[in-house]
Amino acid sequence: MARSVSSRRKLINTGLAWAIGLLIFFPILWTILTSFKTEAQAIASPPIFLAFDWTTENYGIVMERSDYGRFLMNSIIIAGGSTILGLIIAVPAAWSMAFVPSHRTKNILLWMLSTKMLPAVGVLYPIYLLFIQLGLLDSRAGLVVVMMLINLPIIVWMLYTYFREIPVEILEAARMDGATLKEEVLYILTPMAVPGIASTMLLNFILAWNEAFWTLNLTAVNAAPLTAFIASYSSPEGLFFAKLSAASTMAIAPILILGWFSQKQLVRGLTFGAVK
Amino acid sequence: MATKASRSAARLMMAPAVILLLGWMLVPLIMTLWFSFRTYLPLRGGDQGWTGFDNYVRFVSSSAFWPAVQTTLIIVLGVLVITVCLGILLAILLDQPMWGQGIVRILVIAPFFVMPTVSALVWKNMFMDPVNGLLAHLWRFFGAEPVSWLSDASLQSIIMIVSWQWLPFATLILLTAIQSLDSEQLEAAEMDGAPVLKRFFYIILPHLSRAITIVLLIQTIFLLAIFAEIFVTTGGAFGTRTLSYLIFQRVLESQNVGLGSAGGVYAIILANIVAIFLMRIVGKNLDN
Repeated sequence: MARSVSSRRKLINTGLAWAIGLLIFFPILWTILTSFKTEAQAIASPPIFLAFDWTTENYGIVMERSDYGRFLMNSIIIAGGSTILGLIIAVPAAWSMAFVPSHRTKNILLWMLSTKMLPAVGVLYPIYLLFIQLGLLDSRAGLVVVMMLINLPIIVWMLYTYFREIPVEILEAARMDGATLKEEVLYILTPMAVPGIASTMLLNFILAWNEAFWTLNLTAVNAAPLTAFIASYSSPEGLFFAKLSAASTMAIAPILILGWFSQKQLVRGLTFGAVK
Repeated sequence: MATKASRSAARLMMAPAVILLLGWMLVPLIMTLWFSFRTYLPLRGGDQGWTGFDNYVRFVSSSAFWPAVQTTLIIVLGVLVITVCLGILLAILLDQPMWGQGIVRILVIAPFFVMPTVSALVWKNMFMDPVNGLLAHLWRFFGAEPVSWLSDASLQSIIMIVSWQWLPFATLILLTAIQSLDSEQLEAAEMDGAPVLKRFFYIILPHLSRAITIVLLIQTIFLLAIFAEIFVTTGGAFGTRTLSYLIFQRVLESQNVGLGSAGGVYAIILANIVAIFLMRIVGKNLDN
């Protein structure tokens, strides 16, 4: 039976929830608004909310001055590359753990999870040193590998929880009907696994995009992604609120949009299937 | 049914992931352990040999150590208390029937998708700047003296910024947990005349206990390692140097790798203590 609620109560809930939601979202909204102001309007006192002369000049300045395109490209390559590489390695692993489990599967999964708990700062110097020795410092390839490795446990876990939901009976039925292994994988498993693989990709792209320890410590110029691009604004230079806002908006917009699609997967991916 | 052939195929399919993660874990870990027992100053004479537990003793006895531990605890506990308490309330609110629930959910979750360097810089400049920040405007509007947030209330400011980033995570997970609560149980309690607070403490809170534990553990692991938020706001000044940040400074800024590595080993041990509890819960969940 559905809970019957008086419309007055619903009205109060709505008002309260919207107020809190807008309050939490406000810093992002304010950043987006400020990015369309002139520098003078950005620090005007009292602050101007909407009644300013909308301008896109900040976007032009930021793109021109700081080679935004290169940072964006690096972010896309690092986040995208590490996600794809991670999937190539994780799909077979998760697949075999879900469909041919052994008594060790649980321990392997938990051990993988434990590698994710290793504090980055504890292994910073060894990685730094290895990167120098291998000539990987400030290279996209190096970051793709590191980003893949730190997210690999999450990718394996997420895929594992999705694959496990595929009923084995369907496979058995297909086998009875004489499907070969290739047909089984291609026509039965893959279509059923695509949604899970897609959401795993999405979440890991987001996590890699926002990662800000290794990207700040292992890059300088060539491979620096958007996290480092924004960090370069930490030393202020004259009036820069509007430019900072424009740069920030450009750095977060793609992920905000992707993120909205991945709310449900977020819970599963970040709690390792413990909350669904 | 698994045959012998499919078992060995399965092992082969698992091998790349296992070998890579094993290497990723063991190689740097062994190197960190090795460095932690040596006097190693890359810019001042390089590796000067074995020192036993010297670095471990020096790291703990340095004047920066206990303040860093204290700072770490304050930030982690502060953020945990704020995000879990507000997260529970917000999750209950979002679970109620309302108009535009989907949009409100998106608004609440959005901060989680903002990269840490952006949220730290936006808060630092556009909100916490003592002259032009929005909070300064607000303070002046009410006739109060604007606060230099990041120097005079540095810890509170960092806690505020990090809580804003992590509240969505706590809310989302607790909301997912609340939605699995049997609503008939709540209705029955309501009909029996159980007051709101009783329903909260005897039905909702116990139901959420596992989700709360998971939020606490996962957040603790991530919060012990926060870096960018401190890097771009205070750079570890004004009493915001956490244990992780102290290790970072020892290793990369003062290039004392031996000392920093000893600190790193402490951090690894600390994280593992938290991790063990998390693994237990996750492991139990795997069984059923």
